[in-house]
Amino acid sequence: MDHKNTVLYDEHIKLKALMAPFAGWNMPIHYGSIIEETKYTRTAAAAFDICHMGEFIVTEDPAKSTLDETITNPVVKMKPLTCRYGFLLNDNGTPIDDLIVYRMKEDKWMIVVNASNIEHDAKKIKANLSKEAGFEDISGASVKIDLQGPKSMEVMKKLVGDSIKKLKYFQFDTFDLLGGRHIISRTGYTGELGYELYISADKGVELWKKLLADPLVKPAGLGARDILRLEAGLPLYGDELTESVTPLEAGMEKFLDFEKEFIGREALLKQKRTGITKKLTGVAIEGRRTPRHTNRVHINNSDCGFVTSGVFSPHLNKGIGFMYLDTDKVIEGNEVLIKLDKGETSGRITTPPFIKNTSIKYQEA
Amino acid sequence: MNVKDGYFYSKEHEWVKIEGNKAKAGISDYAQHKLGDITYVDLPVAGKAVKQFEVLTGIESVKAASDIYSPMTGKVVVVNSKLENAPELVNKSPYEEGWIVEMEISNLSETSNLMNAAAYKTFLSGLEE
Repeated sequence: MDHKNTVLYDEHIKLKALMAPFAGWNMPIHYGSIIEETKYTRTAAAAFDICHMGEFIVTEDPAKSTLDETITNPVVKMKPLTCRYGFLLNDNGTPIDDLIVYRMKEDKWMIVVNASNIEHDAKKIKANLSKEAGFEDISGASVKIDLQGPKSMEVMKKLVGDSIKKLKYFQFDTFDLLGGRHIISRTGYTGELGYELYISADKGVELWKKLLADPLVKPAGLGARDILRLEAGLPLYGDELTESVTPLEAGMEKFLDFEKEFIGREALLKQKRTGITKKLTGVAIEGRRTPRHTNRVHINNSDCGFVTSGVFSPHLNKGIGFMYLDTDKVIEGNEVLIKLDKGETSGRITTPPFIKNTSIKYQEA
Repeated sequence: MNVKDGYFYSKEHEWVKIEGNKAKAGISDYAQHKLGDITYVDLPVAGKAVKQFEVLTGIESVKAASDIYSPMTGKVVVVNSKLENAPELVNKSPYEEGWIVEMEISNLSETSNLMNAAAYKTFLSGLEE
């Protein structure tokens, strides 16, 4: 299978990145050390190539919004220039994707989706929008670079000016950047203060180089991104979120607006009444071993769940992971036994996030 | 990739440095590079007896859990306990500070099943595109 290259491919090669296929794309896994890049992101600022992700633009009259009836996000209630996390669900309530909606204007939204689901998402959303609604997939024309870490505001000030300070967590605006107006949001996938920058594809390399020219910034790959998001307790579509689970089981009820319509609402209301049998939680290993995708979880010799993803956390010096457990077994601090590919290891049930007190909500006067 | 002279190498990328009836063993620079950051080394217990090319112990990196095979037949006498809290020594210094075990060996002729540095270099060049 041929994998696509992002516009930054040549830059990654120059930086001697280890490239590997991810969701149909050749992506940088690391530029030398996943662990060092992870630590650097939590102490300074790291740039991530996230060009593989998809972006859609939807335009429609908010008084007759069919997007609002499609996804779980309350797109009509959202204030302009804010972002909201939510889901596109199947009728049975399982996620086709998780996504972030940006309300650009009263009648205009941008939806950011996972690379592996772009086509499926576009088809499903289009099928549910009214004929009057506009839908455009701008994934190919747009480039996304994330800048994450406690020093990222300092870097952004140099790039677009002090006005970047006004952005609070999950807000966005357009800023003057490289001769155009481009969207920058105060969002990310690391649990740190950070920004996601959307720019036209022809400016991608220039922006990447400009970010890396700042002595505070180093590049980081998808390996570090995976550790960072897990430490921050953020789920990944494909691991924690699949078409075999529901957002209720994943502990994501706050991202479902039951006061409005959305695909899958009936199924989830029913599940709320009958209750969930499995629930997503975290595990902190006692020691340096790493729980991994599909490892079984035992409590008192009985199989009661499975690991969805795990990493070694260089900040906690132990293995951490997400797991689905039988609901009645989810008791904070209780011991579990993880059946690793080689051997087994014990850990304790720990509600994510694993790392707290980060720079994520930092605000400057 | 760095290959150290005077050591013997296995096709699975373990090295062994022989001094009399003692042999220190670890993984090669190529192996540590392929595995990525090492996060855990399962240190075997002293006294463990193992045959050449049998599983000696396990190692975990940010990518995966892997087996380490014994380059020689012997008995583990000392393990590198520094690796317990600093497994990254295997990345930083695979041939020196990142050694994993010291073994007592009895059959020196087993080195004929291994490669010397020059042969291992040739072997590696065949693996790289």
